[in-house]
Amino acid sequence: MDTTTQKPAAPPAPGPAAPVDSSAARGVTRPGDRIFLGLSRGSGILVLVLMAAIAAFLTYRASLAISKDEANFFTTFEWNPSGLPPEFGIAVLAFGTVVSSVIAMVIAVPVAVAIALFITHYAPRRLGGPIGYVIDLLAAVPSIVYGLWGALVLVPHLDGLYGWLDDYLGWTGILEWNDGAPRSLFTVGILLAVMILPIITNVSREVFRQVPRMHEEAALALGATRWEVIRMSVLPFGRSGVISASMLGLGRALGETMAVAMVLSPSFTISASLLDPGGGTFAQNIASKFNEATEMGRDALIASGLVLFVITLLVNGAARLIIARRKEYSGANA
Amino acid sequence: MAKRIDVSGLNAYYGSFLAIEDISMTIEPRSVTAFIGPSGCGKSTFLRTLNRMHEVTPGGRVDGKVMLDDENLYGAGIDPVAVRREVGMVFQRPNPFPTMSVYDNVAAGLRLNGKYKKSQLDDVVEKSLRGANLWNEVKDRLNKPGSGLSGGQQQRLCIARAIAVEPNVLLMDEPCSALDPISTLAIEDLIGELKERFTIVIVTHNMQQAARVSDRTAFFNLAAVGKPGKLIEIDETERIFSNPSVQATEDYISGRFG
Repeated sequence: MDTTTQKPAAPPAPGPAAPVDSSAARGVTRPGDRIFLGLSRGSGILVLVLMAAIAAFLTYRASLAISKDEANFFTTFEWNPSGLPPEFGIAVLAFGTVVSSVIAMVIAVPVAVAIALFITHYAPRRLGGPIGYVIDLLAAVPSIVYGLWGALVLVPHLDGLYGWLDDYLGWTGILEWNDGAPRSLFTVGILLAVMILPIITNVSREVFRQVPRMHEEAALALGATRWEVIRMSVLPFGRSGVISASMLGLGRALGETMAVAMVLSPSFTISASLLDPGGGTFAQNIASKFNEATEMGRDALIASGLVLFVITLLVNGAARLIIARRKEYSGANA
Repeated sequence: MAKRIDVSGLNAYYGSFLAIEDISMTIEPRSVTAFIGPSGCGKSTFLRTLNRMHEVTPGGRVDGKVMLDDENLYGAGIDPVAVRREVGMVFQRPNPFPTMSVYDNVAAGLRLNGKYKKSQLDDVVEKSLRGANLWNEVKDRLNKPGSGLSGGQQQRLCIARAIAVEPNVLLMDEPCSALDPISTLAIEDLIGELKERFTIVIVTHNMQQAARVSDRTAFFNLAAVGKPGKLIEIDETERIFSNPSVQATEDYISGRFG
């Protein structure tokens, strides 16, 4: 969006000494060009204005709430904005949002990359097409449906997995199961992983498909096996695309609302073990409290929304940095 | 290291389409053999059957025999991956790995073959880059991306990458067609040096190039579009360009051919 708004903003500097020539140098401006320029520049500016307006709205309402907060907004394990005095903090929400999204990424990204590689490089064409189509369909399933599935199917079937994790990884503390209902951040992470799997798979698949044939043949001709071809030419070429795909998935995971609300049993606590029920996320907390909130309560929820907004921006910025850092090694300048 | 190639009764298919038919020829070690012929006559396809690259194309299939000294490349139990480690290839468009540095590009083949000490790799990289007449141009930028070099340098980098694993045969598929005349000259000089060590097969559309670099020349042709390509004749390059034994060859090299 930067390029569309900035490029036309740099006019060719006409020499002031030759005013007659300068209009000729610019050439004939046709009405169609002017209209299209106006439309595209206007759209670009509109996006920026909208972003600024959202940020301004969030910041204003958030500041109203935070100025009245009697507790530390960042470290308090409590959400009582309508109390006397009002005390609320985002520590639990930030922890829950980040942890559940990280769990989702850890599960989904390797699986998605593996599926994408299978479709593009291993499966026979007759099989790869239908698999890709089914995964496209998965991306279109509404999140409320995932929430229903999570609550009615996933949660009742997790005892086995939880027991296994407790047996083998319980000693770490963070995966210790204290026999609570499996409505934990870990379960949320699994559900989010299923939800973001299709989008990461789809984008990765398109990227892997675009790996130039000649890069793969270069590896093949050196005597690379199929896996070595993937390691030497496909994965490096697709790296930035996979990162972008993961960020799309992460964005969805961070902001997911209904599915989280239906699976988690929320509480304003942070447990040592990810398998303990309780915790919360920004989006889930806003959705479940917004309807019954007072004016002050709404402002407090908006303040938490602002934090989510900032986290999302930071994550995207970090991803862009990662991609830019190795730009000269990307496939783009080949 | 250089080995003799002996091809007999080789057919190559794309699906059910027979692309080249019944090719037999012998390619001598430590020599340069050039393949010439009109587009679509199957010379690149034939080249790719010599390191089992033809079969990676969807539908690609080969029958016949390719003997590398006394080993049939299409024999039972032969691993195509092992064949490609023995028969190196340079492509029409320079294709260094874009995500790798100059150094890593040259070392890529060795790293596939096993573990090497850093000092061993350093030696091979320098030797290969010197062998490809590229060392002096890149020795200060070994850690820069290979895709940042000029086209001619990239192609020599690809040659360095191919010879780093000490193959027995080096196949070149129109290696200069994307390069300017100066870079082309550099590659041709290089081919002259490399034939001391390797068996070299080069496909080219440039007949002057075939005349300049090769010891023997094979002329391929096809009867019509949709018909399979065939080997018309193979002989000493001098003879092919002065007094070929088949009329079609003379028509082609003298330009009396579409």
